[in-house]
Amino acid sequence: MPETEVKATISKSTGLPRKRFYRARAHSNPLSDSHFPVPISPSQFDYSLHYPQIFPSSDQADGSRKIQFADIGCGFGGLLISLSTLFPETLMIGMELRDKVTEYVKERILSLRVANPGQYQNVSVVRTNSMKYIPNYFEKAQLTKMFFLFPDPHFKEKNHRRRVISPFLLDEYAYVLKAGGIIYTITDVEELGDWMKSCLENHPMFEALTEKELEADPVVKLLSSATEEGQKVARNGGQTFQAVFRRIVPSDKTS
Amino acid sequence: MEETEAEAEVESNRDNVEVAPALIAVHPEQTSVAVAVGPDLRVFDLLAGSAASLVDECGAPFHKDSIRAIRFGSRGKLFVSAGDDKTVKIWSTESWRCVCTVSSEKRVSAVAISEDGCHVCFADKFGVVWVVDVAGSHEHVALGDRKPTPLLSHYCSIIPSLEFSPDGRFILSADRDSKIRVTNFPKKPLNGAHEIQSFCLGHTEFVSCLAFVHARECPQGLLVSGSGDSTVRLWDISSGVLLDTCEVAAKAGLLESNGEAEEHGHAVTDLCTTISGLLIAVAIQSLQGLVLLSCDVSAQTLSVSKVVSIAGEAFVPTCLGFSPAEGKLWMVTGVSSLPACNYPPLSRVRVISAIDAEQEPVVLGDDEIPGGEKLLETLQGSASVDESAFLAAAEAVKTAMRNLLIKKQYPADNRESRKKTRNDRKLKM
Repeated sequence: MPETEVKATISKSTGLPRKRFYRARAHSNPLSDSHFPVPISPSQFDYSLHYPQIFPSSDQADGSRKIQFADIGCGFGGLLISLSTLFPETLMIGMELRDKVTEYVKERILSLRVANPGQYQNVSVVRTNSMKYIPNYFEKAQLTKMFFLFPDPHFKEKNHRRRVISPFLLDEYAYVLKAGGIIYTITDVEELGDWMKSCLENHPMFEALTEKELEADPVVKLLSSATEEGQKVARNGGQTFQAVFRRIVPSDKTS
Repeated sequence: MEETEAEAEVESNRDNVEVAPALIAVHPEQTSVAVAVGPDLRVFDLLAGSAASLVDECGAPFHKDSIRAIRFGSRGKLFVSAGDDKTVKIWSTESWRCVCTVSSEKRVSAVAISEDGCHVCFADKFGVVWVVDVAGSHEHVALGDRKPTPLLSHYCSIIPSLEFSPDGRFILSADRDSKIRVTNFPKKPLNGAHEIQSFCLGHTEFVSCLAFVHARECPQGLLVSGSGDSTVRLWDISSGVLLDTCEVAAKAGLLESNGEAEEHGHAVTDLCTTISGLLIAVAIQSLQGLVLLSCDVSAQTLSVSKVVSIAGEAFVPTCLGFSPAEGKLWMVTGVSSLPACNYPPLSRVRVISAIDAEQEPVVLGDDEIPGGEKLLETLQGSASVDESAFLAAAEAVKTAMRNLLIKKQYPADNRESRKKTRNDRKLKM
C-alpha cells in the first residue's frame, strides 16, 4: 500500500514533471507581498544558479552575456521551451508569481537538460513579482524581447490597475528594453486586447510593428501556439488578440 | 474560539498606532519657518517677528487630518502642505494665502516643487505621483482648484520622498521597496514622465529620505538617501551607480554591544544637506541628537564628521530643515497625538548653528534662536514643553513608521483560517 501512495511527480516514461501535481489557481494576487528573495540589483543576480553550464561559478558572470528575453507570467513554460531551441545562443528567463507553477517549470527545464545534453541550458525560471521588481533583475536597455502571454484580465474596473500592462508599468518595460527591442502581447479577452493595444499606442516609447514585420518575425507564430493557454484557446475555437510593439527613442515617434 | 484568538494575535502584533511625526520647513532665505503637527500648520514670520496669519477660503482648520509633507520651493515663493486629508494646499509665501487646493484620491505621502516653481508634484499612498501646473500662482492670484494628472508610478508601493534634482532635469521618487527611481522631468509633465534615467538600487529596506549635495564640480548634484536599513548612501543619479554607503547607526554607536541592531529600530528618518552641501545632517530613530556626515565630492565618499547631542533633552528629531542664507539647522521633534495619553499634539523646536566641518556645532538656547520665545510659542504651541512626553512621542513615531513602511509578516500557522473568506474556500464548507 505505501508504494502506491508515493506521488510520482516526475513521470517515469517521459522523465518530465506531471502537471497534475503542480496545479495552482489561475489567478494570483499581485498585491500580496509574498516573501521570496529579490536581488538587490541586477549585478547581484546569480547567473551560475540559473545557467550552471554557461556560468560554472558565480564569479564568472563578467557581464558579457546577459539575459535578453523575459517571459513575464510564463505559466507552465511552453513559450520558453520553444524559444530555447529557436534561439540557442540567447539567455532567457521566465518570471512567475505562483510558486507551484514555478516549481513545475524548474523541474521541466531540469528534466529537459538531462534528456537533451547541451540543450536547454540557456533557459531558466524565477519566482518573483515582475510588477514590482523588474528593475532588480534587468539593467537599463538589457532586454531585446519581452513577452506577456495571456495575462490576467482583472475584469473589474477597480482592478484594472493590477493589470500587468499599464501606462505606468510600460515606463519600466521601456527602461529594461533596448531601443529596437520588442514587446509581444496576446490575449483571448477582447477588452484586454484593446486595453493593451491602446496603452502601447499611447506610450511615447513604443511603436507598432508593421504587418510585414509581423510576418517576418518567427516568434509571432509562437504566441498563440506555443503555450498551454494558447493551445486551450485554439482547442475551444477562440479568437486571440495580439499587440506587438517596438521600443523606440521618443523623438523618433512620428505620430 | 481559535479563530478569534489567532486574529487578535495578528492585531496586537501591530499596535494600531496612527500618529504623524511633527514636520519643519525653513524658507530658503529664512524669512519664515513652518511647523506641522497633526492637522495644525503653524508659520512664524521672522521678518515681522510674529506668527503669520494663514488665509484660506475654506477657513481654519486648513487641513482636516494629519499633514504628512510640507516644503518651500527653492525660489522661496511657494509653500506646499499635504497629508491624510487628501488635499494638497499651495500657499504664496508673501501673503500666506492659499492660492490653490488640489484634491487627491488617496492620502498624500510626499510633495516636491519643481525648480522653476511651475509644477507641484505629490505622491499618494498607492505609489502614484501626480503633477499639477501652478505657473503664475505666486502673483497673489488664487488659482482655485486644479486637477492633477498622473506623472509616474511605483507599483503598489508607498513613496515617502520626492525630490527634484538641482538642475531640474530629473524627478526622483523613493519607495518602500528599497528602490529610487530617477526619471526625466519633461517639458510637458502633464503628459506623464515616461523616460526613466536610472534606478538607484542598493538599499535593503524602505528609502525614507532623499537630498542633494550641491557641489560646483557636479552641477546636477550628488544624491544622498537615508533608509530603514540604517545606512545613508551616495549615488550618481545619471547611471544609478552606488558610490558609497555609510552605516550611520553603527557609527553613531546605536548598535548593541554584541553588534546586533534591534530589528528595524534605527531607521534613518530624515536627511538635510547644509551650506555648500558638504555636511549632511542625519536624524535616526532612537538617536537623541543627530549625526553630521561629510561628503568628499572628488573621492565620492561619505564619512561621519560628528555626532551632535542635545544636552539636557531627550530630543529625537522627527524632521530637519536648513536655511542656506543663515547657515542654521532647524530641528523639530513631536507627534500628532499620543495614544492612551492625554497629551495634546507635541512639538519642540531646536536650532543648531555653526554647522561647519571646522567648527563645533552650537546648539542654541531658547533665547538665542532667531525669533526667540515668540517663535517657540507659535511653533510649539507654548514656550515650554513637557519633556517627559518626548520619549513616548519618539516611540509612537517609530511604531507608526514601521507599520507604514515595513511589510506585514503574517504568521504561517493561521494561514488556512485567514483564507476562510475566500470564495473558492467557502464552497468546501
